[in-house]
Amino acid sequence: MATPSDLFCHQLIRRFGNHPAVDGISLDVPAGTFFSILGPSGCGKTTLLRLLAGFDRPDEGDIYIRGERMNRVPPNHRPVNMVFQHLALFPTMSVGDNIAYGLKRQRVPAARRRQRVEQVLEQVGLPGLSGRMPSELSGGQRQRVALARCLVLEPTLLLLDEPLGALDLKLREQMKVELKHLQKQFGTTFVYITHDQSEAMVMSDQVAVMKDGRFDQVAAPEELYREPATAFVAGFVGDNNRLRGQVVSVSGDRAQLRLTGGAIVEGRLAAPLEPGASADLYVRPESLVLSDGEVAEGLSRCRASVRTTLFDGANSRVETDIGGEPVFARLPQHGSAPSLSAGDSLQLAWEPDRARVFGAATP
Amino acid sequence: MKSPATRLSLILLLTPFLLWIVLLVILPHLQMLRVSFQVRESWDTLSWGLEQYANFFSESYYWRTFVRTGVMSLFTTFLTLLIAFPIAWYIARLASGRARGLLFLACLIPFWASELVRTYGWMILLRESGLFSAWLQALGWSDGPVEMLYNDAAVIIGLVYNGLLFMVVPLVTTLDGMEENLVEAGYDLGGGHLTVLREVVVPWAMPGIVSGCIVVFMLTLGSYLTPTLMGGKDSAWFTQQIFTQFITRFNWEQGAALGALLLGLSSLIVWAGLKLTGQSLRKVMG
Repeated sequence: MATPSDLFCHQLIRRFGNHPAVDGISLDVPAGTFFSILGPSGCGKTTLLRLLAGFDRPDEGDIYIRGERMNRVPPNHRPVNMVFQHLALFPTMSVGDNIAYGLKRQRVPAARRRQRVEQVLEQVGLPGLSGRMPSELSGGQRQRVALARCLVLEPTLLLLDEPLGALDLKLREQMKVELKHLQKQFGTTFVYITHDQSEAMVMSDQVAVMKDGRFDQVAAPEELYREPATAFVAGFVGDNNRLRGQVVSVSGDRAQLRLTGGAIVEGRLAAPLEPGASADLYVRPESLVLSDGEVAEGLSRCRASVRTTLFDGANSRVETDIGGEPVFARLPQHGSAPSLSAGDSLQLAWEPDRARVFGAATP
Repeated sequence: MKSPATRLSLILLLTPFLLWIVLLVILPHLQMLRVSFQVRESWDTLSWGLEQYANFFSESYYWRTFVRTGVMSLFTTFLTLLIAFPIAWYIARLASGRARGLLFLACLIPFWASELVRTYGWMILLRESGLFSAWLQALGWSDGPVEMLYNDAAVIIGLVYNGLLFMVVPLVTTLDGMEENLVEAGYDLGGGHLTVLREVVVPWAMPGIVSGCIVVFMLTLGSYLTPTLMGGKDSAWFTQQIFTQFITRFNWEQGAALGALLLGLSSLIVWAGLKLTGQSLRKVMG
């Protein structure tokens, strides 16, 4: 490699008792990218982050930061800083002292320190607040101070542990965009962990979906959404409908499934399956076309009955029933959708390429 | 406006507290202050004057004991803090569940016995024919019996032991409330152990440190038994002067003056301590 990646891990394992919280993780984060680790709570993502920060040591495997092995390096000597879930601003210090804390440890002279603090505060959009105490700031402002406190040290790697979790919805949306801009502006490599798939999708260049201590898939957000590699990713990333059935025929990468209700539907195989295998077909709400009559040639179709409609502006959906399973479809709000009421029968159709078929998990 | 009923219940609730403060604290001290300004001219005539206070400053033994008591109390308080801090840290941050309860209990158990018994316990260990002396001889580190009692070190050991719990409790309380990640953040941003302790932990624990120090300092300054028993004849603790004036010499006027001076000293040092650390009494005690 000409320039080593900012972060490279090889087969990291961390066990607690007999339970591997991090189970053979390898990852490679190129310089200047926004890398997210997305997973449900308890999947081991916080443990992984603590290994990277140096608060915990891996049982096996190696961590390299810019080509240097970090396994035995204590947290205060790693070129890595962390934004904690609850921020952990020092409550006894002013905003300026919080930010200057790290600079002081690097023995930056006082005058230069003051200058850098003012500069970074301006960059995060809080000019002139260095004299305030953290307790006098709003949630969003505290967030920015926590970021500034790390970014001022110009770390190779910035770790973020679900820092947006404590904010209210509106602020969270705003901070998502802002974080992305800050990352571009500073050019620092971000490793961000979250259980919120929307945060991961909006901000990241690459997302790793983590489950039970392993990565299921590492890909760009769009690829993750369109080409989920496993049933877990398909179900976890974005809204998805699952239809259970049995493979009746396979041609190329297309498979036909007989649903439990008897209908035959078609989708694209994620991995080879034999006819007769039980399988799940995942199709996204926005891929479903609603109609009560004819549909275009080549679409897979299925009859469903309306349970209820859920109005939510641009996010409005209709909940339908196929063989006892709930299936959601997006309800376009530009006037093309038929008016629906509970009990109506309608036809759902979709492009078979837009549906993914996975072998059913063995129960 | 408050209804008469709520006002009545407020008065009823406050009454025991007011009785306590007025009858047992304020009145006796005012009386003591009054007595300290009286000068006995003959067996049945009294006049007002500052003679008792003048005695204190002209008699070097008095004020030397006074200064010595103050300095040794400060030192004892500091030593107690040094010993109590790691204990409190362990109880608050490292121990969990059952271990935590047991450790707290271990700190509390000595206080089930009276100060007298605790002090005699130490005397059994430290005296010439005591346990430590016997061990030193058995190990061959000493040829004859070693007297470890009746010196300043013994007095300080006893005082620290008596004060420990009162330092540990407020420290545990404040350290307990510290956010888990603060220490990690301290390391993460490049701090070493000492830096994190100095810049993050101690400032956070300051209210607990100050409140523990105030209690221990006052207890130490006003203690009588421990310095007397463990320090022996030459221990010279200021409370002994007060005792001597009141009980041995029946000189209540002088005793009262010395008592007022001690009260002044402890108030002054507590005030200075609060000013120095930038804490307020309300924050520290609340």
